[in-house]
Amino acid sequence: MHIIENGNVAAALGVKLCRANVIAAYPITPQTPLTERLSEYVEAGEMKAEYIPVESEHSALAVCIAASSAGTRVSTATSANGLLYMHEQVQWAAGARLPIVMCVVNRAVGAPWNIWNDQQDSISQRDTGWIQMYCADHQQIIDTVIKAYWLAEKVSIPIMVCYDGYILSHTYMPFDVPDQEQVDAFLPPFRPDYALNPEDPANLNTVTLPDVRMDVHGELAHGYMEIRYLLQEEMRTTLAVAAEAEKRFTEIFGRGGDPYIEPYRCDDAEYVAVGLGSLTYQLRVCVDALRKEGINVGVMGVRFYRPFPDEAIANALKGKKGVIVFEKALSYGYEGALASDLKSALYEHLAYTGALPVVQNFIVGIGGRDIRTEELTQNLKAATQHRVSKEPAWIGLKL
Amino acid sequence: MGTRNYKRKTSHSEHGPGDGGRTGSWRVERPVFDRSLCIPCKRNKESCFICWLFCPEIVISRTIPPTVNLEYCKGCGICAEECPTKAITMVDEAQFSEEDKD
Ligand code: SF4
Ligand code: SF4
Repeated sequence: MHIIENGNVAAALGVKLCRANVIAAYPITPQTPLTERLSEYVEAGEMKAEYIPVESEHSALAVCIAASSAGTRVSTATSANGLLYMHEQVQWAAGARLPIVMCVVNRAVGAPWNIWNDQQDSISQRDTGWIQMYCADHQQIIDTVIKAYWLAEKVSIPIMVCYDGYILSHTYMPFDVPDQEQVDAFLPPFRPDYALNPEDPANLNTVTLPDVRMDVHGELAHGYMEIRYLLQEEMRTTLAVAAEAEKRFTEIFGRGGDPYIEPYRCDDAEYVAVGLGSLTYQLRVCVDALRKEGINVGVMGVRFYRPFPDEAIANALKGKKGVIVFEKALSYGYEGALASDLKSALYEHLAYTGALPVVQNFIVGIGGRDIRTEELTQNLKAATQHRVSKEPAWIGLKL
Repeated sequence: MGTRNYKRKTSHSEHGPGDGGRTGSWRVERPVFDRSLCIPCKRNKESCFICWLFCPEIVISRTIPPTVNLEYCKGCGICAEECPTKAITMVDEAQFSEEDKD
């Protein structure tokens, strides 16, 4: 059924269709309408779920960790400083291999206090062992939530579904809401290998020594290092599982595409703009304008940020003269994290060709600074003509 | 042989001695029992066993005399603290020969 609604509602509908059984979230702008909507579904009996009110984001994720350990499908959501406050539990959920799906409605982090959109919040959680998926419109939000539950439960790794605050969370767009039967066909009930059970008690994630140990059955059990290695190994194989998720999704719902990247006018492009989230759709307007001027440029959205689809990205950028990375976040003291990751992928996969694309990094929209399409276009154009700067260049800065 | 085929991907311990690792390797002091003070030893019948009850590693046996599995006794001294007759003394590991230590 096609409806016109905002991005937070798209996310809430996705969670509802996935039949999450426990929801624990603490309201924070711009995520608040999402959790409000979920609480309304529960209150109205439309969702058979426990909505557990908590006093903080740290507790919200702690509740989800406990409920997920007990074998329940869980949902939470947050933004900005709420996500930062969760940070300890974020790492915990990954090490505990719990398939929690969390919507991150991207917002700038303090200080100074700011409620507007950028992506510093989720990017700062890059190294926590969570899968990160980025959405560019409302259809992608609802579809990504549904895919995320399937994928998280398949690989036992939690997932952040990230979408831009306000730009997506509070704007209205038409999108298709799948039927419950379709979602049920796609997503089987959650059946973990082990769920907390008083008949079969266990201590989960207690002190784990540096070395391996014999368990009570006399089997050699992992030490901390093996557990962490497996997280990395299975994060990497998640890329292949994500392709399977996309294929299944496309078969059942009739829409889908490349699971990792979303290229637009890239095939014959000499220069390709790269970014995460809604910014890449705005960049399509710039690409169309520059194409009219005869500049061969395209844009590629990165849908999967962790695990990083290095090979898919490098293949898509092979033979290009330049790559221009636009980011709403950065690793302070160096450059945008996506730019660094992308350069590493290019070096790994293309260095042997002796033809590496030049990479320019732009920082935009920090703390919700207006991203003017004309300004984006001019900067993209400049980057196709000359080296703009070695350091990341900030667009729209009024210093 | 490594842990590649271990059935779990996480740290998962079940009830039983030593599932938190060889906690005995941490020990700097060892509990030593004085049978002349220990209640069940003196009466030669099951009684007291407060040390058995309190030991967090569950390594004291409910026997006459109570014995300690030194593979897992971490030397916390809780047993000595709780013993009502002060029958348990914590003794520096340096007092024991290498042979005794194993
Ligand atoms: S607590 Fe003391 S007296 Fe009681 S059984 Fe243990 S050693 Fe003996
Ligand atoms: S209480 Fe502590 S010191 Fe006593 S036996 Fe148990 S682990 Fe060892």
